[in-house]
Amino acid sequence: MADIERIPVLKTWKLFVKGAFPRSESGRTLALHGHGGELVAHISHASRKDLRDAVEAARGAFPAWSGATAYLRGQIVYRLAEMLEGRRADLADGIRTTTGASRKKAEAEVGRAIDRTVCWAGWCDKFQMVLGSRNPVAGPYHNFSMPEPSGVCVVLQADAGETPLLGFLSLVLPPLCAGNAVVAVADARHPLGALLVAETAPTADVPAGALNVLTGQAAELAGWIAGHRDVDSVHAQAKGEVAATLRAGAAENLKRVAVLAPGEDFGDDDRWTNPRRLASFVETKTIWHPSGA
Amino acid sequence: MPATPWEYSPAPETVPVTVPERTQLYVGGKFVDPHSKKWFDTVNPSTEAVLSHIAEGDAADVDAAVAAARKALKPWSRLPAQERAKYLYRIARRIQERARELAVLETMDGGKPIKESRDVDVPLAAQHFFHHAGWCDKLRYAVPGAGDPRPVGVCAQVIPWNFPLLMAAWKLAPALACGNTVVLKPAETTSLTAMRLAEILQECDLPPGVVNIVTGAGDTGRALVEHEGIDKVAFTGSTEVGKRIAKACAARGTRLTLELGGKSPNIVFADAAIDQAIEGIVQGIWFNQGHVCCAGSRLFVEESVLPEVTRKLEMRMRSLRVGDPLDKNTDIGAINSKGQLQTIERYIAAGADEGCTVCQPGPQALPAKGYWCRPTFMTGVQPSHVVAREEIFGPVLAVMSFRTPEEAIMRANNTPYGLAAGVWTEKGSKVFDVARRLQAGVVWCNTYNQFDATSPFGGFKESGFGREGGMQGLAAYLAE
Repeated sequence: MADIERIPVLKTWKLFVKGAFPRSESGRTLALHGHGGELVAHISHASRKDLRDAVEAARGAFPAWSGATAYLRGQIVYRLAEMLEGRRADLADGIRTTTGASRKKAEAEVGRAIDRTVCWAGWCDKFQMVLGSRNPVAGPYHNFSMPEPSGVCVVLQADAGETPLLGFLSLVLPPLCAGNAVVAVADARHPLGALLVAETAPTADVPAGALNVLTGQAAELAGWIAGHRDVDSVHAQAKGEVAATLRAGAAENLKRVAVLAPGEDFGDDDRWTNPRRLASFVETKTIWHPSGA
Repeated sequence: MPATPWEYSPAPETVPVTVPERTQLYVGGKFVDPHSKKWFDTVNPSTEAVLSHIAEGDAADVDAAVAAARKALKPWSRLPAQERAKYLYRIARRIQERARELAVLETMDGGKPIKESRDVDVPLAAQHFFHHAGWCDKLRYAVPGAGDPRPVGVCAQVIPWNFPLLMAAWKLAPALACGNTVVLKPAETTSLTAMRLAEILQECDLPPGVVNIVTGAGDTGRALVEHEGIDKVAFTGSTEVGKRIAKACAARGTRLTLELGGKSPNIVFADAAIDQAIEGIVQGIWFNQGHVCCAGSRLFVEESVLPEVTRKLEMRMRSLRVGDPLDKNTDIGAINSKGQLQTIERYIAAGADEGCTVCQPGPQALPAKGYWCRPTFMTGVQPSHVVAREEIFGPVLAVMSFRTPEEAIMRANNTPYGLAAGVWTEKGSKVFDVARRLQAGVVWCNTYNQFDATSPFGGFKESGFGREGGMQGLAAYLAE
């Protein structure tokens, strides 16, 4: 055979909704450019309908995901870490393609991202003990408080910064491990790590709909996310107009909102393994029962 | 069954309380006249007599109060925690010592029965200060992972008229314990006990500016929560106003906690202790004339016991005494204001219009003067009826039935609110299964409307966010 250069098989990256990989219902795509400006691939350009479908899938998955035992949730998230471990090279390549990071730096980020996943897998059956309490009320009552997931959480990574994979997982894991069903929108400029996580999720037995991943334009999606009345909370990394839109729109149905600035240091382990990171995505429920009366 | 065949003799609370001809604002540790030089009437809702004239604070007063709070912030937050605690302990003690006076004043100003202000509002207010006093020097253990505790800064706190003194305590105690300073705005119809509390703060030598109280109506509140010098807003009141505040705070990035409305379900299963459940239903909806954000205003009764429950409820209601709030035997006092009475009457009329059966088995005679509403329940209520969906904030109960636990839970959760819920069953596993599945910040099982300083209170969904009370209530007043 002569030296014919092999033609690579190119794909358009798809959305991840309800355990399946649909294209955008709108048929729209966005061009993904590499660090040097070259065309790398196409990604799906999620529409308002795609967002709604994903929220619907998340709402549908919420009872089973939040109702599963904390032990099971922990095992599934740990399984996700196991599966990501097997795709370290892909993940590092994905990061490097768009950020231009050195191999060493990208591999270090992948390692941290997987370690972060392991850490949060462990929080699944522990945060309740740390954030809950047995309250000594002045009367014959048994009284205790416990954190419960608030429902459907939308993660919007509008401005990923230098560590898109670590950032994406750090935004997704606290609400997910708290028992929320998550719709995550990856930064359209650096989506490959997030899309690989999506491709990994079904093999880790993440239930369909518990985690959904979209790609699209944050500026366009922000208003639809904030205004969606079946979204309970928002975890975002955004600035300027997008951040303002999220905050103002969320007031409409009193969504719980945590918006981080683009400069957030996801490498800060103290901060990003801290159970306080999930406080915005849980509600304290306090139960009273008479005792002896 | 006839009403009580004999009458109780009056048993009026006799502690005399002096009410000032007019009140002032409390700013920077001093009582001052309002900048507007305007005062508005506050009436006793059980007699319609003008009790006092309340200072109308305006934007200039809010400016002065915020400036005083800002000035006080550094010294107050840097005071050794153990010393800060001593002020809170003092306040708790003075509330206890002046309890009877505060209870009588609360009842005169707001219309609630003296037995409730005496046994619930005032003792709980004292407990909140006492409990939080002890947190001052233990904050580093209160919020897991929070690091060094630091205050948020100057807090704007706006409170409602249903538990005037108690809400002031719920707001002030955690804020002060965490080293914040405060500008508090009481509700316009119930400012008197807040100003009496200001006297107590002065008696306790609380440093000037740590707490400032500006009275007034909605405009005063708006000027306060939208003030640029505010670091954190805490609001208790209607969901409508809460959303407005949320938007204003969103624009500025101000920290916010909201404790808003509710339409709380109270679920009675056939295997409940029915007589106890009846007491819980009464406590759930007619406590404080139903002016309770967590009132159990939607009663869901398992179909097989619906006739028994409504029959017993009707019988129990005949023994409820409506009238002079200062009478120690009174169960149901006056509606807080004329405006609120009109709102409640509109809802009762709307219920009748939509085809509900309106039952008011209570006493026939009501006092000639004052604002009164008979305890009311409605049967034949459909989930779509306005009385089943909207917060009435009055002594009006919507009674509905269900067949399965699934149906009860689904219908209980089918509301934008999520403040509280009640569950009545003698079956332990069912209690906790249902409690787990109800979307509510507080779930009372085989009890209702219990409160405690150590027990966090607050809602899911559109009933607001953040908690008040207990360990979980402190996070809102500590810097992130």
